Amino acid sequence: MDPLKAFPLIQVLDEDGRLIGDRSQVSDDQLRAFFRWLTILRTLDQRAWNLQRQGRIGTYPPFSGQEATQVGVAAALSPDDWLCGSYRDWAALVYRGVPLYFPLLNSMGHPAAGAFPDPVQALPVQVVIAAQILHAVGLAWAAKLQGEPRIAVALFGDGATSQGDFHEALNLASVMSAPAVFVCQNNQWAISVPLHRQMHSQTIAQRAIAYNIEGLRVDGNDIIAVYQTMKEVVERVRAGGGPVLVEAVTYRLGAHTTADDPTRYRAREEDERFRHGEPLARLRRYLLASQILSEDEMQAIEEEAKGLVEQAVTDAASYPPSPPESVFDHVYASIPPQLLSQQEELARRVREGRRGGQSHG
Amino acid sequence: MANITMIQAINQALDLALSADDRVMVLGEDVGPNGGVFRATEGLYEKYGGQRVVDTPLAESAIIGSAVGLALGGMRPVAEIQFLGFIFEAMDQMSTQASRLRFRSYGRYHVPLVVRAPYGGGVRTPEIHSDSLEALFSHLPGLKVVTPSTPYDAKGLLLASISDPDPVLFLEPMRLYRAMRQEVPDSWYEVPLGSARVVRPGDDVSVIAYGPMVPVAEAAAETLLQSDISVEVIDVRTLNPLDLETLSASVAKTGRAVIVHEAQRTGGLGAEIAASLQERAFLSLEAPIMRVTGYDTPFPVPSVEDWWLPDADRVADAVNFVLHY
Repeated sequence: MDPLKAFPLIQVLDEDGRLIGDRSQVSDDQLRAFFRWLTILRTLDQRAWNLQRQGRIGTYPPFSGQEATQVGVAAALSPDDWLCGSYRDWAALVYRGVPLYFPLLNSMGHPAAGAFPDPVQALPVQVVIAAQILHAVGLAWAAKLQGEPRIAVALFGDGATSQGDFHEALNLASVMSAPAVFVCQNNQWAISVPLHRQMHSQTIAQRAIAYNIEGLRVDGNDIIAVYQTMKEVVERVRAGGGPVLVEAVTYRLGAHTTADDPTRYRAREEDERFRHGEPLARLRRYLLASQILSEDEMQAIEEEAKGLVEQAVTDAASYPPSPPESVFDHVYASIPPQLLSQQEELARRVREGRRGGQSHG
Repeated sequence: MANITMIQAINQALDLALSADDRVMVLGEDVGPNGGVFRATEGLYEKYGGQRVVDTPLAESAIIGSAVGLALGGMRPVAEIQFLGFIFEAMDQMSTQASRLRFRSYGRYHVPLVVRAPYGGGVRTPEIHSDSLEALFSHLPGLKVVTPSTPYDAKGLLLASISDPDPVLFLEPMRLYRAMRQEVPDSWYEVPLGSARVVRPGDDVSVIAYGPMVPVAEAAAETLLQSDISVEVIDVRTLNPLDLETLSASVAKTGRAVIVHEAQRTGGLGAEIAASLQERAFLSLEAPIMRVTGYDTPFPVPSVEDWWLPDADRVADAVNFVLHY
């Protein structure tokens, strides 16, 4: 079997933004909305990078390059479906309804960033690689037991496919026929380790064969392909067709996080090659060529995006700080006596302004 | 009321919980038609079906990780890890995931999950099956750790654990599964988490034990009574959060304490309890607080384990030491 033939790359727009497939499932209005979101998210991501460089937020993991996959996936879900993502999946979360300032709040180290406002049906961003895939299986399994039409989607990267939890999750989902969709954002890099050091398989999608589930490979930089594919997949999974593995082939345009320097391990030529097909530029070229949006309209959207992102920066900066002693509030449902006395001690020290010594920098 | 063993009491508690609440489900390896390797889930598959009493693939991380999702999705999963020694495979899901989700979501989500696991020595298991890992888990904020020493407590603590909104690791002393019978009410009752029990009142020394070491402490107390030494035996029952009120009140009364656990000494629960007791009852202490524990080696092979495990003789030695200090 040739995996590249068995799992052909699903593409609707080629790297130059030319329509090479069927886009009957996505309207012009939907495409305008996608362009607007991709623009807002890219603006946010770049602003966040700069905020970290200015020392206004802490470590930030940029998602630039992966917006098409994340928005395409999120757009295919119903509000009641679960989304279990990682620290790089803020684009999907924001599209789902998490306020634009949450990724910033998170990188400022504010604990409230873990509590998305209702009704956003999503778990806090996962830091341990692949752990959330099992949570998605459990959530999907629960929905099935309850006879609810809900499904659960896990977002993870190519590095996660090396973890045991990836295997355990896909195997269990397959055995239980759980309504789960596993979306691997194959962005080619796990920090500094390239895909070919992560696996010797030719595709990630082919792993589906081992679990006797459906596997698909889609161009993750092509939002039309991702959205249309996910729409179909979600429908099949919701109807009881069992779990599906979707490999979205994409590229991490930026660093792993603001603490990382990819020029140490990534060749410039490769970067340029992937940059050419990146999702926002690709969609832009198509929308212009097909006259769905004009340059002027795009410029207006870019201006709007800047305004929204500036508002998000203000919202994050002015978010009320969390009192240090509230760190005890969400450990257990009710605070046990030993924690209560520790909380009282901390509250007293805060009250008296006694923070001895320097804890960092 | 019925005169039953601990394993029967655990089975009764699971049966009651499954029948009282449709959200409750049991999952793990061999818990279905086989009824569990110790028969804890015997008859439940037949009664509640394979949707609620579920044989999972042989994968500990999948059991706990999916149970976290099940709990978040509105179920009340009771997961079984076949032997505590195998829980390392699920360590991230136990510690970083289940225990921490309430905290990480700033209170938006919580994980009402019970993880049952047999543990401890004295039954001649193959290696890795007898480890006592309670200290590792008592160190984790967000998790409660419980271990019964009697059939009555096993049922009441397990039902309380299933009712609890937070994740609970429920440790079942393997060697006590069938070691004794006790009158246990047929109906639902709960033994509150976070409360220790005075097993046997006494005046001269407090012997603080839990799980498989409670009968050992009682045996030592019985022997010492012949020398007119009055030992107060306390069963800790909940290892996190500890009931320091009950423990320190006992030590304030007797002035002497010996802590007994089967797990290795270094970094064990005994160290935590001793440190807390000297903070709370320093001026009452007539002698150093002593520990009787497993040695700081891996749990040994069956031919050696009787020498390795704390016994009544070692407990009596420690009691005599603190009495004559």
